[in-house]
Order: sequence, then structure tokens, then C-alpha cells
Amino acid sequence: MIKARLKKQLNHFLLDVDFEASAGVTVLFGSSGAGKSMTLDCIAGFQQPDSGRILLNDVLLFDGEAKVHLPPQKRNCGYVFQNYALFPHMTLRENLAFAIEKIPHLERHRHINEMISRFKLNEVADRRPDQVSGGQQQRCSIARALLTSPKILLLDEPARGLDNPLKEDLYSIIRQIRAEFGTPILLVTHDLNECFELAQEMLVMREGRIIQSGTPAEIVHRPSTQNVVELLGLHNTFRAEILQLDPQRNSSVLRIRDHEVQGYYYAGRLKGDQVTACIRQSAMTATPLLGRLPPNQFPARLARIKQTPQNVLLEFEGGFSVETSQHVDANQLEWSIELNPEALHVLPK
Amino acid sequence: MNASMSFDWFPLWLSLRVAALSTLISLVIGLWLAYLLANRRFRGKDFLDASITLPLVLPPTVLGYYLLILLGRETWLGQLYEAVFDQPLVFTWQAAIIAAIFHSLPLLVKWSRAALESVDRSYEMAARSLGASEWRIFWKISLPLSSRSIIAATALCFVRALGDFGVTIMIAGNIPGRTQTLSVAIYDAVEAGNGELARTLTVIISLIAIITLTLVNRMSRHPLFITSGKSGS
Repeated sequence: MIKARLKKQLNHFLLDVDFEASAGVTVLFGSSGAGKSMTLDCIAGFQQPDSGRILLNDVLLFDGEAKVHLPPQKRNCGYVFQNYALFPHMTLRENLAFAIEKIPHLERHRHINEMISRFKLNEVADRRPDQVSGGQQQRCSIARALLTSPKILLLDEPARGLDNPLKEDLYSIIRQIRAEFGTPILLVTHDLNECFELAQEMLVMREGRIIQSGTPAEIVHRPSTQNVVELLGLHNTFRAEILQLDPQRNSSVLRIRDHEVQGYYYAGRLKGDQVTACIRQSAMTATPLLGRLPPNQFPARLARIKQTPQNVLLEFEGGFSVETSQHVDANQLEWSIELNPEALHVLPK
Repeated sequence: MNASMSFDWFPLWLSLRVAALSTLISLVIGLWLAYLLANRRFRGKDFLDASITLPLVLPPTVLGYYLLILLGRETWLGQLYEAVFDQPLVFTWQAAIIAAIFHSLPLLVKWSRAALESVDRSYEMAARSLGASEWRIFWKISLPLSSRSIIAATALCFVRALGDFGVTIMIAGNIPGRTQTLSVAIYDAVEAGNGELARTLTVIISLIAIITLTLVNRMSRHPLFITSGKSGS
């Protein structure tokens, strides 16, 4: 388990994080330049925080007050670099051997061969990194990090630049490590799908701070702030006013775009509160508006139709969009929008 | 012809010996300095860098004069040398080695430092996180990955050492058969009006230089030089 609390002044912002990660996969999620990789580097010992404390199991890696700053060699962190950092002048086998040069020859040989077959590198083990595929390089890089029996595995954007089949391979390798080695994994990404594929715990980072943490599903269902909503890019947000609140029947009525819409009960809110309501694009339904507006819906005017790989995205005036899998008549401008009350979430104050 | 019968090969052999030995010593000192400058942060680093560059910009006479003051028979360094080796340092062929080192070391340090700094830092970081000591990282990662440039720099260092004139004549002098190197002999020949000898020696030194540089250019393209020694297994 890793406990990290650290501050470091960077060029544009202050990195200020405080988190714990235990067994399983913890993902640092955020846009590039949010301080995710810097956090990883501080844990690995490549960068020194200005203050704070980093504890890995029971070993103090860094303590600003006690002036403890272990060199990377003594931290027992496995680090997988974005560019894999395989030594280009050595074969894959030599790269693996570099990690465990101190243990006796026979045992070393056995460990290396075990890794080679576990990571399916048998046929390329005696080639140099530039003679093997990107996926093989990455597997070798992960195997090399694991050979030192690290207490935590740090992965810096491991899926960046990989095409989809390779991403799938990577995900299954990471799940395999989780199952077979039990090494806690801290992974940096800006890909939300990756969080859902791998993460037990997700830390959302923005400008050096962790702005929300939880399981990926929790975060997507209940984003805590507008910033999280923007980073996720899955939701529409509306200004809303709470018209009615009924805790007994667990229901509420919100005014959205001058129309009344049903919602669930929102604890800690008062009638008359001005709030920001957010809802996933997939929890909204758009139907062509023919005749009268059905109750609990509001009208909207179509601005643009955008094709997505699987569906059609309808962009409406007022800055929100709805995804639909149905065929859309481009001449139909007036639509009626329905919100799934279960997915309608009010951002905390 | 008679001149070629009695041709004096001594300056050539002396120059080759001086250049080879000084390059060897420069390589050891130069790599160490280059490593320090490329990897370590310490006080006075800029000053050290400037001092190493100094011989490149100072006139050879000034440099030679400094060395005379530093290593002469009256100085404690000079006396220490005399006590250990039972002979003075200045105006011997060993002094020519010192001169050649000062002539060629600055470039060797600069080029080796640039070569070491051009190695992608992530290799060194990866090696560190795998538990490798700085010593091992230098020998197994940084040095092999910059070996092409360092080999080229060493060859240039050798050729430069071969051609030193100013500092050599200041501290080793011009004693035929003892301290007269090739470039000093050329000067001597021109002074004495021996045009034929000057031409011959000039052609020899030019040939050595061009051959060395060509060989090294070829060698550093050879795939052997991005392979390091086998590690383990």
C-alpha cells in the first residue's frame, strides 16, 4: 500500500496531492499537464517534492521534515516508462538480466526464462528492442520492472500510442499482473475507457490537485464538480431551480429550460435552490416533437448532427447533445427531450 | 638519396608515443570530468567548466608559462616529481605528454560531456529504478550508448595531441633526439632552411591525421559500437 502526501511547486501550478492506494489498480486520471506523471516521478524518486511524506508499505520513501529522500535504487518501485526505456544496445534477455544481476546465475536464468514465457517473448528474446514490435517492447519493459519484485508498479500512460488490439493485450496483461503477482499498480492515463477496464480506484486530477476519487462508476454517476464533468466529457449540464422536494416519495421537481422535470429527492437541498444539474448523454432521449409536448419533457431545436463510430450525436441549441442509435431525419428541427430521473444528478454546492 | 638514408625517424616515434600516452591519460581524466559535468550538481561547476575550456582560448605561450611556473624544478610539484622519478620533469619527453594533455583534454571533455548528455535520460532513470548503482549505470548504459561519439572524440584528441607545438616547445623544449616532436622538428627544419625535411614531415603528419580520422569515421558507423559487453545470462 502506498500513502502519499506531497507538495511541489511547478511552473504553472502547485502540485498538491494526498492519497492512498492499496492492492489492485489505482488510476490517476486527468488531462495532460495535470501533474499525474510528476506524481509518479515523485513516488519513484526521480523528482523531489518540496514537502510531504511518501510511505510504501512501511518504508518511508520521502519525508520533507525529516529530510528523508531515498534514491530511486532503494525505493523498490517498478516503473514502466512511456517510451518503455529498454536499453537499446542489449537484447530483451539482457534487458531482463540487468534487473536481477545480483542473484545467483542459475536462479537468475530461471527467473528470466519464466518471465520470457509468461510474457510471450520466447521467439524474440535474443533480439534487440528495435527489432521487435511495440507490444513486445512494452511486455518486456513490464517484465523487467516485475523482475525486481517491486512493492508497487508505476505505469506512465501505458496505452498511449497503441492501437486497439494492442490496448486489449495490455489490459489483459495488467489484469494478469493483478491476479498473479498481486502487486499494487498505479497507472497514469487520460483515457476514461481505460479507467473502466482496469481501475478499482480512480483519482481525478486537475491542475495539481485530486478533485475527486472513487470507483470509475461512482465518478461517472456522481461527478463532484463542473471540472470533473468537463474532464469526463460524458454529461450535459443545465441550470436548474428546485421547485419541489419530497423526501417521503423520494421525488423532486426541477425547472430546466423553463419546463418542469421530475427528479429524485436531493438531500441537503432546499426548495428554491439554484443548482447545476448534470446527466449523461446516454441517459437522455430525444424524440421528434410532433403535436403536443409530453409531460416531463422539454423542447429543443436541433443545431447539428454529428456521426460517431456507433451512433448519431444530436447537438441542440443551448449547448447540449443526445446520442441516439436511430435513423435521424435531418429536416426534423423541433425535438422533445426526456431525462431519465435516475441519472439526473445535482452537482454539490 | 643521401638525405633519405639518414632520415631521422625519432621525431615521428616520439610524437606517436607522446600522442598515444597523452590520449590514454586524457581519456581517463576526461571521461571522469565529463561524467561529473554531465551528471552531478555541485558548487563551482561553472568554474570547473570554464577552467577546462581555458587552454582552448589562451595562447600556447601563456599556457606553457603557467605550466613552467607550476612544474618547474623549484616548485614543490616539480620537486615532488623529481623525488619520485629521480629526474626533473621540464624539458623531458614526459613534459611533452603534459603539454599534449593540456592541448587536447578540453575538447575531449566537451565532446564526451555532450555525448553523455545526449543519452536519453529515461534509460538512466529506468536503470536506477531497477536498483543499478551509478557506477554500473555509467559502464553498462551511459558509456556504451555514447561510445560512438566518445571514440570519435578520442581520435580527434589523438590527432590534436600529435600536432601540439606551442606548449610543447615551452615546457619540453626542442632538444633533438630527446624532446623534439614532429611539429617542433618541422619548425626546426624551416628555421634551418631545410625545405625538403619540412615538406616530408608535413606530409607524414597530415597523412597520419587523415588516416586516423577516416578510420574512426568508418569504425563509428560499425554496428559493433552500439553493442555493449554482454550482461549476465
